Amino acid sequence: MEIFGVPTQALFGQLLIGLINGSFYALLSLGLAVIFGLLNIINFTHGAQYMMGAFCAYLLLTKLGIGYWWSLAIVPVLVGATGVVIERLMLKRLYDLDHLYGLLLTFGLALIIQGLFRNEFGSSGLPYAIPQELSGGRNLGFMFLPNYRAWVIVASLVVCFGTWFVIEKTKLGSYLRAATENPKLVQAFGINVPRMITLTYGFGVGLAALAGVMAAPIYQVAPQMGADLIIVVFAVVVIGGMGSIMGSIVTGFGLGLIEGLTKVFYPEASNTVIFIIMAVVLLVRPAGLFGTAK
Amino acid sequence: MAATTGSVAAATAAPAEARRQRIGFAVMAALFLVGPLVVYPVFLMKVMCFALFACAFNLLIGFGGLLSFGHAMFLGTAGYVCAHAAKVWGFPPEAAILLGTAASAALGLVTGLLAIRRQGIYFAMITLALAQMLFFFYLQAPFTHGEDGIQAVPRGRLFGFIDLANVWAMYFTVFVIFMGGFLAIYRIIHSPFGQVLKAIRENEPRAVSLGYPADRYKLLAFVLSATFSGLAGATKAIVFQLASLTDVHWSMSGEVVLMTLLGGLGTVFGPVVGALVVVSMENYLAPFGAWVTIAQGIIFVACVLLFRRGVVGELAARFGTGRRH
Repeated sequence: MEIFGVPTQALFGQLLIGLINGSFYALLSLGLAVIFGLLNIINFTHGAQYMMGAFCAYLLLTKLGIGYWWSLAIVPVLVGATGVVIERLMLKRLYDLDHLYGLLLTFGLALIIQGLFRNEFGSSGLPYAIPQELSGGRNLGFMFLPNYRAWVIVASLVVCFGTWFVIEKTKLGSYLRAATENPKLVQAFGINVPRMITLTYGFGVGLAALAGVMAAPIYQVAPQMGADLIIVVFAVVVIGGMGSIMGSIVTGFGLGLIEGLTKVFYPEASNTVIFIIMAVVLLVRPAGLFGTAK
Repeated sequence: MAATTGSVAAATAAPAEARRQRIGFAVMAALFLVGPLVVYPVFLMKVMCFALFACAFNLLIGFGGLLSFGHAMFLGTAGYVCAHAAKVWGFPPEAAILLGTAASAALGLVTGLLAIRRQGIYFAMITLALAQMLFFFYLQAPFTHGEDGIQAVPRGRLFGFIDLANVWAMYFTVFVIFMGGFLAIYRIIHSPFGQVLKAIRENEPRAVSLGYPADRYKLLAFVLSATFSGLAGATKAIVFQLASLTDVHWSMSGEVVLMTLLGGLGTVFGPVVGALVVVSMENYLAPFGAWVTIAQGIIFVACVLLFRRGVVGELAARFGTGRRH
């Protein structure tokens, strides 16, 4: 069976890969957007923290024998805690300065973290086995769907919409949104804004680490795994605009799919298509698809 | 960036300040003239290429307040075009360098038109993304030879009679290019154009209300910065007879930010000092592998947290050279 001269097997296979990549774009850009909303900092360390998540899962498995499912719960907390430390020790000092200093600081941190991991583990990738419960796959008739990949897409959707729900529909989220608008006023109402900022950063970092754990069985666990990815995620963020949570999710998945389609029809451009879309969006709608001009 | 205001105030030519900068310039020229007697000349040529690159970058961030995280694309593009022209088309070195520089200027115009549509953090992310796009383009384009790069680029004869294979001829050619570029950037900073650029950085709505077309000024600053970065990249390709992916990679964009930040954003000599330190560090730490990256990261963090004015900025503040606050 063929569609536009492309075997359906290949088409759906690439679309699946696109959805998987989109899951990670969505998770990572969501974390960036949450952090940016409250801290006004673009977290360049995000890619390194995603990598830390994958390594953390790898180390828990090989050193302590703690498996994938426990890692999903433990790793975001551990890596998120390092985020809390970073926020308390360093980022806190930058809030009164130009936003660009936050970018420079987190870029430096990313270099340090990636360098340390490269020293320790070398630059070649380490394997992480797919958990037993999710090995294998099923035949859908038109394509073969590996169970683990289906799980990643579903889990990522659940986490994304969970985050959206908490921020947009709960009391806690309303505090958060209020603090984004006017931190001083919210503080005056007796809400501990500095603590909220710290926890928000920890949460965003935890999201990156969670993405890292989910990525470990799909991609190789390597010190550079987050470095190139984060640049694509930046482009995703520029396309979506950081104003809306839902915007980040939709843009993330959408661009993953477009990238997958490009791999089928014009593979030469598959690396660059997201950047090209970014350029077009900048020409047509500089504030981003879901952004508001500031 | 507000924190650099002071050093810019220092750069706006109070007579005492102008005298200090003339002395500084003489010292710098003397050091680069005597330097090769003490240090390996190829190392100093590398320093001068990167110093020019950092000065060009500083023109944009230090005086325009625009943080580009994709400046490697200008360094690398000029390098590739220059190397290709010299090797495949047989251009003489001066023409190859000019062509490379022109290519970066053109690229600066196109990317600048896109990037200045957003400000601040978005500007940084957009330039980074555009540079990454070009990286993938150069990775796949046949004329760049992918991972191998363009190797064995002939240095050729400058103006037909100066043989650049001679290390001294090459050294003084680079010296002249660097000094010329440095003076041109100095002139731009202190021209009425440079003053308007600073005004836009400090308060864009006010500059617009005074009738200055802010976007056109920012675009011109971006193109100028791209052009001088290109000059540095093209010269570097001739010196090392190589154009490779390293020069278009995002880590190179990070390095030029580091040089400028370490030396002092918005200072005249800061980028040169920063380039000297960063290039030396790479040279001497090279055997220790990933420690170079770690050291660079630590310097980034230290600069942002402890001395945001950079080496030259801090020294100027310490010895009170015309600082106004």
